Amino acid sequence: MTAASERRMELVCPAGTPATLRAAADAGADAIYCGFADETNARNFPGLNFSPEELSVSVAYAHERGAKVLVAINTFAQAGNTGLWKQAVDNAAACGADAIIAADIAVLDHAADKHPDVRLHLSVQAAANTPEAIGFYTETFGVRRVVLPRVFSVPEIAALNREIDVETEVFVFGGLCVMTEGRCSLSSYATGKSPNLTGVCSPPDHVDYAEDRAGRMKARLGGFTIDCFERGEPAGYPTLCKGRFSALGHTGYLFEDPVSLNAFELLEELAKAGVTALKIEGRQRGKAYIASVVSAFRKAVDGLSGGADASASIAALKALSEGGQQTTGSYRKTWR
Amino acid sequence: METFLTLLTRRLVARRPDLLRRLGTVVHVPIAIVPEDLPHAFLLSLDAIDSRVTLCGKDEIGDAQAVIRAPLLVLLGLLDGTYDGDAMFFSRDLRIEGKTEYVLALRNTLEEADLTPGEFLGLGAPAAGWINDIGSRVLAQARCLASAGAERRDKLSGRHS
Repeated sequence: MTAASERRMELVCPAGTPATLRAAADAGADAIYCGFADETNARNFPGLNFSPEELSVSVAYAHERGAKVLVAINTFAQAGNTGLWKQAVDNAAACGADAIIAADIAVLDHAADKHPDVRLHLSVQAAANTPEAIGFYTETFGVRRVVLPRVFSVPEIAALNREIDVETEVFVFGGLCVMTEGRCSLSSYATGKSPNLTGVCSPPDHVDYAEDRAGRMKARLGGFTIDCFERGEPAGYPTLCKGRFSALGHTGYLFEDPVSLNAFELLEELAKAGVTALKIEGRQRGKAYIASVVSAFRKAVDGLSGGADASASIAALKALSEGGQQTTGSYRKTWR
Repeated sequence: METFLTLLTRRLVARRPDLLRRLGTVVHVPIAIVPEDLPHAFLLSLDAIDSRVTLCGKDEIGDAQAVIRAPLLVLLGLLDGTYDGDAMFFSRDLRIEGKTEYVLALRNTLEEADLTPGEFLGLGAPAAGWINDIGSRVLAQARCLASAGAERRDKLSGRHS
């Protein structure tokens, strides 16, 4: 047994509806994260998320299968109007949630004060990426786990873990974001709405697609053309950070390509770096995605301690990725 | 066909009021579902008491606020959760036009509906299990045939190009 396999990393999986939560639990998730159907969570999309009643039933379903439920209340409370966020924390606790994932100081304070028995996880939206910032949250609010921003290489995660005394969770699969989580306002320039305040990046009521007779599809956000895809070319979401722009005779992606993270090949290194939990992105995705990705990564994590080889299952996930492309992102970054 | 689908849809909505709550603003909104390999389209309007499924020509969907286009097998796979809607969109097998928020709300509601043939027909166990089993076998066989046909076409076009 290798050092990396001595401690089994926890697999944290997304759920946007009770049906996808059941799919995640059935596929072997150790923990499932979800949110309420309002502005308190960063996936506030139409038809998505949970009512308190649905959450209660779903928590019972997950617990029966040995999975924990983590509730993301991870947008930033509006000044002078924190009631909705505090109510969400109270509801999550009443529903039996195992942890609350939060970024805003008012939300963390309310949870720590009123529900000290519920674990607190620091959302990636808090963008805490130094021992000092992480120390502030652990000492002030008793945060037990930090979801690390997607800016670190694996050696940097190992170095950080040596300096902090709190669990760390890292993303291993799914959509990527520009690396200023919690501070990105790109979406609000085009639509007036942002992930940080209203829980929506590129809100669908500002998105439209138009295909011409040649099969060329324009993807627009707030009336701005973000990208054009030729017939048969894999498409992506029209988020500004993944827009393809032309300037001075050159056309290309300004911030990042439409590409998804897949850190399967780095799991052993992440375990050695002291990571406690592995997070799969995709609360907006369907049951087919959840079942495939969770079962493939279940096999991959179990494979670290002598289970079956997961390579074929992981390879099949490429078809589910945005733009049909995958990357190891900053974990193997070649830039600084 | 229209009457049958409308009746089943109304019964589903009556059995599952949670689905209308999830739909939100899409209630009453006509959405066109266009199987690309069939000559007709379906115009769907969901409502607590007056849900409708209308069969119409593909050029008669002008009232639709949003349009979803895909091959029939892809649409059926999205209904029963075999396929992921975003993945089908990335691969361009699924195309959407009009109000994206309505498409998203409908997609997420259908995901929650777990719309197996047995659920849509309103059957209880064990009949639902039998129907679902038969339905999934027939669809799996149809997908195999469609996939084999596509491969043959690719080979032929490669040979002649």
